[in-house]
Amino acid sequence: MQIIINSKPVTVATNCTISELIAHLNLNIKRIAIEYNREILAPEQFYTTIMNDNDCIEIVNFVGGG
Amino acid sequence: MDELIIAGRSFRSRLMVGTGKFASNAQMAATIAASGGEIVTVALRRVNVGDQQDDLLNHIDRNKYLLLPNTSGARNAEEAIRLARLARAAGCEPWIKLEVTPDPYYLLPDPIETLKAAEILVKEGFIVLPYINADPVLAKHLQEVGVATVMPLGAPIGSNKGLKTRDSIAIIIEQAIVPVVVDAGLGAPSHAAEAMELGADAVMINTAMAVAGNPVMMAAAFGKAVEAGRQAYLAGLGKEQKQAVASSPLTGFLRDE
Repeated sequence: MQIIINSKPVTVATNCTISELIAHLNLNIKRIAIEYNREILAPEQFYTTIMNDNDCIEIVNFVGGG
Repeated sequence: MDELIIAGRSFRSRLMVGTGKFASNAQMAATIAASGGEIVTVALRRVNVGDQQDDLLNHIDRNKYLLLPNTSGARNAEEAIRLARLARAAGCEPWIKLEVTPDPYYLLPDPIETLKAAEILVKEGFIVLPYINADPVLAKHLQEVGVATVMPLGAPIGSNKGLKTRDSIAIIIEQAIVPVVVDAGLGAPSHAAEAMELGADAVMINTAMAVAGNPVMMAAAFGKAVEAGRQAYLAGLGKEQKQAVASSPLTGFLRDE
């Protein structure tokens, strides 16, 4: 199925969870925040949220700033 | 001991340091260490999924520094609140440097949207440190809704112009019931010292260190300037006089008068 990550289409396995997506993208689960269809997820929800076709995911992390 | 206290938490250093614009994460880390600062600001951005960079947080010891995420990039209250919530979800303590800057040329903060966002974020349990223009009335309104500090600008972000808003900042300091942190525009250690002599509780520096020929050395210079300015403020500066006032008696043995 296809989902949108940070405005770009990405193909992932059907019934993929958010935590599986994070692992697939090789991201550090402790250093990111995720919006799932505009709702911010608590870290424990990463394991229970199963994605659907056309879901919208925003993944952010910290960068330098003043 | 003379400590900076924000929302009940005490800090030995009165210098906050930003992490933007450094040539490398290693240089950024060395600069923060040299500054003596204990509060370090960061920004939130979309992860570049295909091309991941060296993670900034690998270089900041969070047992040693308080990570202060900002809401830079927000153009209104709604965007700022969204960023603040994301920062907390990413594992930060609920401290937020609230920045709402709709104008891309001068990055001046929007007072109305900032106040709106501050009120909501305080209610959600955030410790809110708003970046504002040097407006004493706005500073009062923000304090009424429960912000932890006010952070008036000395000059536009990254401009290195110094304490252009000096007189208004003096009024904010006079009326403040929370710490006043002069943020933005301070380009030299003398600017930082000037703000501290005026009675600011702290200053925040990023660009002036990051773009210096030697950022680490500049950070140490800022650290000393902030301490010197604070000490001078506590010591009590002499009043300005219109005419000369001799340091030694002018009458003496040279002439009989």
